[in-house]
Amino acid sequence: MISLAGRDILHGWGKFVLTGAGLGLLIGVTLTMAGVYRGMVDDARVLLDNSGADLWVVQQDTLGPYAESSSIRDDVWRGVVGMPGVAQAANVTYLTTQITHAGRDVRAMIVGVVPGGPGEPGQPTRLVAGRHITRGHYEAVADVAAGFALGERIGVRRNEYTIVGLTRRMVSSGGDPMVFIPLKDAQQAQFLKDNDAILQQRRHTAENPAFDRPGVPGLLDAVIASQSVNPYVNAVLVRLERGHAAEEVAEPIRRWLRLQVYTRAQMEEILVGKLIATSARQIGMFLVILAIVSAAIVAFIIYTLTIGKIREIAVLKLIGTRNRSIAAMIVQQAVGLGLIGFVVGRIAAAVWAPIFPRHVLLESGDAGRALVAVVVMCILASVLAIQAALKVDPAEAIGG
Amino acid sequence: MAEPASRGIRIEALRKRYGAGDTAVDALKDVNMVVGAGEVVGRVGPSGSGKSTLLKCLGAIMEPSGGRMLLGEAPIYADGWRIPDLRALRRDSIGFVFQAPYLIPFLDVTDNVALLPMLAGVANAEARRRALELLAALDVAHRARAMPSQLSGGEQQRVAIARALVNRPPVILADEPTAPLDSERALTVIRILNDMARQFQTAVIVVTHDEKIIPTFRRIYHIRDGRTVEEAGEGRTPG
Repeated sequence: MISLAGRDILHGWGKFVLTGAGLGLLIGVTLTMAGVYRGMVDDARVLLDNSGADLWVVQQDTLGPYAESSSIRDDVWRGVVGMPGVAQAANVTYLTTQITHAGRDVRAMIVGVVPGGPGEPGQPTRLVAGRHITRGHYEAVADVAAGFALGERIGVRRNEYTIVGLTRRMVSSGGDPMVFIPLKDAQQAQFLKDNDAILQQRRHTAENPAFDRPGVPGLLDAVIASQSVNPYVNAVLVRLERGHAAEEVAEPIRRWLRLQVYTRAQMEEILVGKLIATSARQIGMFLVILAIVSAAIVAFIIYTLTIGKIREIAVLKLIGTRNRSIAAMIVQQAVGLGLIGFVVGRIAAAVWAPIFPRHVLLESGDAGRALVAVVVMCILASVLAIQAALKVDPAEAIGG
Repeated sequence: MAEPASRGIRIEALRKRYGAGDTAVDALKDVNMVVGAGEVVGRVGPSGSGKSTLLKCLGAIMEPSGGRMLLGEAPIYADGWRIPDLRALRRDSIGFVFQAPYLIPFLDVTDNVALLPMLAGVANAEARRRALELLAALDVAHRARAMPSQLSGGEQQRVAIARALVNRPPVILADEPTAPLDSERALTVIRILNDMARQFQTAVIVVTHDEKIIPTFRRIYHIRDGRTVEEAGEGRTPG
């Protein structure tokens, strides 16, 4: 038996392919939305991977340092590194800010790391050009996504930094490129007040009689001096000694240093389950809406194609074609349309994903699931057309 | 495909009533026809005379309200269908030729004809061989690979006739088969129907009010007030 659907498609292949291509662009958008979600999850995981940490030590009762602000003293790491099972511990600060460079704004995550410590937790990995930060001030390593070049100078708050190294895929959970600068500069950038604010603060302190007691002449200077430095960081990143379980090391830090400690699994849950949960729900809604719209379009196209063949269907029924053969023809055409749409959509998504402002991760598993969804959607969408075809009276071929 | 056991068609006291009660309309009251194997008869009448109703009843598309229809000696309808699978009856025992050819536009000429035997379970190669044989008999074998849209009106009607004949049905119902054609082509179509009816021993009923072809029938059935009236035709040789 010949394939009626196949012959019909071949007969009007131009119209069919163009219709499939139109549907494909819609499927491409759907795949891209799924890719954006996967990209967000991947960014979150890459952020954790690139930090090189097994534990994140942060301020008590916070979800820091990525989901909430966290502030702990910068000498805490000494206590942490002395805990059993801890191999390395390093201070780190995170600050998302806008960098104006060459007339354009770049949103970036400024990461403060201890200079000269490649391989330690928090240090930039995946260096693709240049070198690590070696000096204590005014050097930066940036991700290539920021668009900076080696040797260029960028301004972060009041200071300028020279780009000495470039990394790849070092991004925040929001997809912003990371810019690594020395820890001291980062602490200053994060907590630095402007000159007017500093003057106001000193005036308020000086006018406070508690800090200017006649019997304690050096007290005011000491208080002002303590206000002029920033001894805080956002987190201490910990790498474990081989053979130690994360929870086994985390518990004594929580208990004795009175700090919050997250393991890799807990931090991933915070990033994926909490930080990007709302975005994931939004994308999920978009996917549902796009799937419904795609199904409606397929249903409309297949219904229109079927209605346009009512006379042929009547003749087919009159000469003895089984209803199931006619239904199969419609389903095959719908699935054919869906397959063309899927191929076009997959290609379209692959073409436009690299120029998307966000990281779009097109996973083959998602593509497989999308293919199954498209086929199921096309079969469901052909129900209306099948109903219309089965209602056709063979007598319509005779007329009268 | 089941080989028809008998040839020719007999219709006895066929009735068809639309609606019920006061609004009931008797489209066919007492239709009697006998068309022998190899014979072509005309069924002539103006619009509204029950032409389409009779075709639908004969074509097993519409159930009559009473009477009998027999293919050869086998009843297919006797106050109720006697054949359980009307779709198979239409496929194997009744050929249809319409006013317009109604070829399937996405199948080429050969497959338009071969589709019927394929539907009956004949292997594709054998179905195509039968189709090509008939197309050759109807002088359109040179257009075997053409699509319907590439054929002239006359060629399309020949292909439609080939399609009606390919399963060797005992009966062909032709509904105004010459309406869109000029005199010459109309007479050619009737000649072909006559030739094929003789060659395949098929009973052909041509429903028409085309004055060009009426003189070619040896017997003509009129329906007046829902009843058949048979009269002898001129039986001129067509073409």
